[in-house]
Amino acid sequence: MKKKLLWDAALLLLCLCLAGGFLLWDALGRAEGAVAVVSVDGVEVARYPLDVPCEVVLHGTDGENVLVIEDGCAFIREADCPDKVCVRTGKIRWEGETIVCLPHRLMVRIAGGEGGVDG
Amino acid sequence: MTDKKRTPARRAAFLGAMTALALILSYVESFVPMPLPGVKLGLANLVAVFVLYREGVLRAAGVSLIRVLLSSLLFGSTVSLAYSLAGAALSIAVMACLRRTDRFSPLGVSIAGGVMHNAGQIIVCCILLDTAAVAAYLPILTVSGAVAGVAIGALAALLLSRIPKK
Repeated sequence: MKKKLLWDAALLLLCLCLAGGFLLWDALGRAEGAVAVVSVDGVEVARYPLDVPCEVVLHGTDGENVLVIEDGCAFIREADCPDKVCVRTGKIRWEGETIVCLPHRLMVRIAGGEGGVDG
Repeated sequence: MTDKKRTPARRAAFLGAMTALALILSYVESFVPMPLPGVKLGLANLVAVFVLYREGVLRAAGVSLIRVLLSSLLFGSTVSLAYSLAGAALSIAVMACLRRTDRFSPLGVSIAGGVMHNAGQIIVCCILLDTAAVAAYLPILTVSGAVAGVAIGALAALLLSRIPKK
């Protein structure tokens, strides 16, 4: 039994190390974003620069999400989806960060500047 | 309790009760507020681990499948069905493999199950949204899955040692 618990601990450690490594790699590679890219069903529909504050209503496949850009961050203020995961995700600002609303097949992703090359 | 034979009827009743219990647990869980999107306790996994140890892979997979179908039908949507199905399938498969190695206690098996459940959901999310960007949630969900797995696994180990086999 003791031996098994050791294996359990090793497994737990492995999970935590993987997560930690991934997080570290993610943090080291992160850069300030420049634009919020909105896509519905995998197709890009709009881009909003992060340095221009605004509030827009996004139309997903099954409802609406209110996207707010403020202080260089993007977040969803309101949505009529059932789970509100997009609202609870909060503010995003780093390149590669995303807000996802699965019920509406909607995604907001932060992309970098530099000629709008897709990261 | 003089009759200790594992008759088909007895087994069906047991699995039915387990399915119902898993369904109730996943319903109850929807009321527990969680700090981050996608982070869950995975209470229904308690039943999955228990049935896996007592009745084997196939029956555990069956109980999970029916639980996922019913809970999506009752409380969710088609999207949540694809989500939970992938999570549950991956989780059961990995837990069954780890159990077979006979190296891990229910605790370790449950940790792997929790982590894999979340991984499965991320994979479906990547496919549905046609992007790998959501994989950024992987570290958070790995940690939360592992922590939930420890809690559920400890509980499952306790139940497995206290509830007599019939």
